Amino acid sequence: MKKSIFGLMTAACAAAAFSFSAAAADYSVSTDGSTSMEKTIGSLGEAFMEKYDGAAFTYNPTGSGSGIAAAKEGRCDIGLSSRALTAEEQQTLDGTTLALDGIVIVVNPQNPISDLTVQQIADLYTGKITNWKDLGGADGPVVLIGREAGSGTRDGFETVTGTKDQCAYRQELTATGDVITTVSQNPNAVGYASLSAMSDKVKAVSVNGVAASEETVLDGSYKVQRPFVLVTRKGEQLSEGAQAFFDFALSDEAKPIIAQSGVVPLNK
Amino acid sequence: MNLLDKNNKDTVESIAGTIFLVLGIVNIAFVLLICIYLIIAGLPAIGKIGIIDFLFGTKWASTAAEPKFGILPFILTSIYGTAGAIVIGLPLGFFSALYLAKIASHKVRITVEPLIDLLAGIPSVVYGFIGMLVLVPAIRSIFDLPDGASLFAAIIVLAVMILPSIIKVSITALEAVPEEYELGSLALGANEIETYCRVVVPAAKSGIAAAVVLGVGRAIGEAMAVMMVAGNAANMPSLFESVRFLTTAVASEMSYSSGLQREALFSIALVLFVFIMLINAVLNVLLKRGGVKRK
Repeated sequence: MKKSIFGLMTAACAAAAFSFSAAAADYSVSTDGSTSMEKTIGSLGEAFMEKYDGAAFTYNPTGSGSGIAAAKEGRCDIGLSSRALTAEEQQTLDGTTLALDGIVIVVNPQNPISDLTVQQIADLYTGKITNWKDLGGADGPVVLIGREAGSGTRDGFETVTGTKDQCAYRQELTATGDVITTVSQNPNAVGYASLSAMSDKVKAVSVNGVAASEETVLDGSYKVQRPFVLVTRKGEQLSEGAQAFFDFALSDEAKPIIAQSGVVPLNK
Repeated sequence: MNLLDKNNKDTVESIAGTIFLVLGIVNIAFVLLICIYLIIAGLPAIGKIGIIDFLFGTKWASTAAEPKFGILPFILTSIYGTAGAIVIGLPLGFFSALYLAKIASHKVRITVEPLIDLLAGIPSVVYGFIGMLVLVPAIRSIFDLPDGASLFAAIIVLAVMILPSIIKVSITALEAVPEEYELGSLALGANEIETYCRVVVPAAKSGIAAAVVLGVGRAIGEAMAVMMVAGNAANMPSLFESVRFLTTAVASEMSYSSGLQREALFSIALVLFVFIMLINAVLNVLLKRGGVKRK
């Protein structure tokens, strides 16, 4: 008697498990591209797999360029780009902006400088300006604090300011928190950090007269920002799983997840 | 009955033997796994970059459009940093050990020794954090530098971190010297300090050498504390410049690395591994020699 009940339960469990996986069996989505989007897309993927039990989600961190190429050649369902698509790319591809990544330039609270232009920031980081007095600040050597090679924030900052591979960092730290602590300790330091990680210990510099905030990032007036773009082929139906992920990523449900990963979800 | 008991005992013994054997094999398997994995993961990038360019290249720019993978700055920084830590840490540690083992009263010793153990138990991230908040700004203002995160800051942190192992091993070495040596020296009219410096220390020198090598091993393998105070820019080492150690080169870029960059990081780990193997080999030789001498 006992045995038969046990057997029945096992069968029921198996059936339940089977029916679950059957519902999402063909939900599979492959993404490829920007390494900066790792955190955002990774947490979205996790939530997606949790929501549709049994769905398969893959992410291949190759960089924006190869992600766009992969989307174009159909090697992945959705390409990931942390820059806007060019006019040429837009002829064959659709770019849907998922979120905006705002990068704040921070200085020590004692530093009288409160506004910089993008050009001045580039000059600081490439070592053209080495003393704060050249920008109207106190007489003191500029100490450049940055992130380690491969960091998404560093990549974003260097891309926006056009200083790729030219930055003469004094310190390369591995966490946003470390950057903020270091800048707060040194009156001559300047660093950059994700908008979401801002703290009172340091002063955020406005860029071209615009202070960084979610609003100014969203309306585009704050310049040191970049979009996180989902790239799909024009006029082509996404697979069922990819469409489900695409809709999920742009839904209201996904917004807190995106915000959690440190970027500003785009209101749509 | 007796026979059964014996049989039982034999079974227990053989089971226990098997369990110990399995646990021992698991342990060895870990070591082998790590060695083999590091070699497999580390060699390809060295091949692609070229061993000369890799070991003696002076420029590291792993994510540049034309990446450069030269780790000479890291190797030199690790060597200088470790040497600096020993230069500062050894006299401090050695004289503390001499004092505690021979001169200090029992009361002082039982108070200080647990404190040294405590020093050994502090997590390295705490050393790094205090270094970052106290030492780095202090170095900046004392030496009037633009920024205090430097090789010098790392050396100080490492020197403090290796103190416990140097003190502990030195105390053991000093106490292993037979009392007759001391008594003989004192009987010949030497005073206490003369006895310690001329008789006890030379007799304990292999043990003290072991302490140094242990300190070197700890200093060269430390990553977290160093990462927080050294600045991590891939410069050629200079005392007051921002530098990157072998350990921090691996740790700082690993999380977002990909492709050849990641492979090169494994290669750095392999180089570090070889360094530590060499240090361990030296340590073993020293300890063996010390053991023979004492007999």
